[in-house]
Amino acid sequence: MEAFVQLESTCMPFWRDDIDTDQIIPARFLKGTTRTGYGQNLFYDWRYDEQGQLKPASASVFNDPRYAGAQILVSGHNFGCGSSREHAPWALKDFGFCVVIAVSFADIFYNNALKNSLLPVALPKQVVTGLIEAVQADASCQVVVDLATQQVQLPGGAQHAFDINPFRKQCLLEGVDDVGFVLARLAQIEAWEAARP
Amino acid sequence: MPDRSKTLYEKIWDAHVIEQVTDGPSVLYIDRHLIHEVTSPQAFAGLAQRGVGVRRPDKTSATVDHSLPTTPRNEPIADAQAKNQIETLRQNCAAHRVTLYDVESGQQGIVHVIGPELGLTQPGQTIVCGDSHTSTHGAFGALAFGIGTSEVELVLATQCLLQAPSKTMEIRVEGCLKPGVTAKDIILFIISRIGVGGGTGHVIEYTGSAITGLSMEGRMTVCNMSIEAGARAGLIAPDHTTVEYLRGRPCVPQGEAFDEAAQAWLALKTDDGAVYDRQILLKAEDIEPMVTYGTNPGMALGISQTVPAAMSDGDEDYVAALAYMQLEAGQPIAGTAIDVAFIGSCTNSRIEDLRAAAAIAKGRKVHHRVRGLVVPGSEAIKQQAESEDLHRIFMAAGFEWREPGCSMCIAMNGDMVAPGQACASTSNRNFKGRQGKGSRTFLMSPAMAVAAAIEGALVDVRTLAPAGLDAEGVC
Repeated sequence: MEAFVQLESTCMPFWRDDIDTDQIIPARFLKGTTRTGYGQNLFYDWRYDEQGQLKPASASVFNDPRYAGAQILVSGHNFGCGSSREHAPWALKDFGFCVVIAVSFADIFYNNALKNSLLPVALPKQVVTGLIEAVQADASCQVVVDLATQQVQLPGGAQHAFDINPFRKQCLLEGVDDVGFVLARLAQIEAWEAARP
Repeated sequence: MPDRSKTLYEKIWDAHVIEQVTDGPSVLYIDRHLIHEVTSPQAFAGLAQRGVGVRRPDKTSATVDHSLPTTPRNEPIADAQAKNQIETLRQNCAAHRVTLYDVESGQQGIVHVIGPELGLTQPGQTIVCGDSHTSTHGAFGALAFGIGTSEVELVLATQCLLQAPSKTMEIRVEGCLKPGVTAKDIILFIISRIGVGGGTGHVIEYTGSAITGLSMEGRMTVCNMSIEAGARAGLIAPDHTTVEYLRGRPCVPQGEAFDEAAQAWLALKTDDGAVYDRQILLKAEDIEPMVTYGTNPGMALGISQTVPAAMSDGDEDYVAALAYMQLEAGQPIAGTAIDVAFIGSCTNSRIEDLRAAAAIAKGRKVHHRVRGLVVPGSEAIKQQAESEDLHRIFMAAGFEWREPGCSMCIAMNGDMVAPGQACASTSNRNFKGRQGKGSRTFLMSPAMAVAAAIEGALVDVRTLAPAGLDAEGVC
């Protein structure tokens, strides 16, 4: 897994609640057998019209050149609800996002994101709405997300702390995945199995 | 000091923790890992990269369901990508000695249908699958939840997960359901009350007489949609209904060993005095046949009701949802025209669902404008339904009778709703585009979906005109 330490980037404002993983990547694009190549279909039905043409910037924030290259996606409550498809964080990463700031996250998406160096940052609603307004007014404003200090620096300089489990934080900072960690405990797992009634 | 009182969830959790990592998650042992073709290929590829095998193939079970066409099995799979995904699963299972319940084994089906059907699902177990509707298996008093593909890889490699404990929530539904009200209506009612994020961070235990009065099929429908309330899992304590459902299934202990196991299962319940983090009490009498009207499962109402107005001015999400569904605030939901009716999915494709659907379809005809599909959840259910002549009832009414799979619930296998069309669906998600780009989904029970198919519009199944004279009435 790739490490995540700090990011300074512009933001994509996507102010919606309950964005489900079918929106992030529709099921018809899940027929691959690899972890790569999903970015082109990220938010497909939000980005493309019935004829498969890119929607105008006025109809889709993802097609607005002012936000092109933003590595932080900003959204509302319960981001990533629904299907457990890890294709959702794969598609977000592949498209170029490294952080999702939202008011809250669905459990499975949150876990899947952490396993792909896509940092989910939950901030209070008024902070997120303030950020949305700021980037809508000035798309070039920068946000700094620092994992070690668990701080987000908003446009204008205000700092906000965010929560993350200490173990997960360390895994991200060091780029360590779960499999190696648990494989190192095989003897313990075998002993536990043997002792089971 | 005596052990403190525990909830059912805490008992199962504690019995599977191998190690509590300092300041981190627990190493949780997994009793049963279910896999399918869509979320496993990348996990097997990850194992190969690490040079690691499947640690416990005996605790891993596979089937094909999501990408598989529901057309006759002798027809080739036309979609090359879907075919490749299915072939990849076959190769991975063969290489790692994982039992695959493949097509025409007589045991293939939707992963959450065949687990219980085979008796792979048992009370007190931990069960995971790369699919959010793994919560279904909680109906047996198993701690069952969906995981991502990285976690599939972890479980394949180690038979363990790294998990943090969840909070607990009791949802108690007391009283008697009115005639015509089903398990699907209970769970849609619950989600409409607590919202699609209402269960986030929690494992829900469903209790109360309206829950314990349900069959196992009904309990599975309730637990299946726990994820639609955002919950990690749903649970129902095992009882005699659970034991009798499991008795004689291929993968449960047989003979005296079964009775011993059953004794242990019946003791698995929340202790008196155990404390849940949150409790909700609902009355079964308040529930009528439900339908969804919006673009998430929390946007549901009774069939007699009118589409509500936005709770606050400027609620863009709500306005967008109604516009997408082509509805207006204030209009009665009954009478909304539909184009497709889908009876199937891991929520409602079991034999009891098909019996309930056939009881309404018998002696009636699908509206000339409507395409109706019935997709049994497994090969075993298909066989059972055919032995009861249910397929003849469906086909005589004008429904298509198809091969088992996830089908139009997720629209990955060619079974799709066309842009703009409305579908009365027994599945679990009414997200925008879920059943095909531009599709409009109305979720409901099997009986309600059949009634809608016949009327060509959403209708209260309890008010349906009597079937033709040749009908023998509903069971």
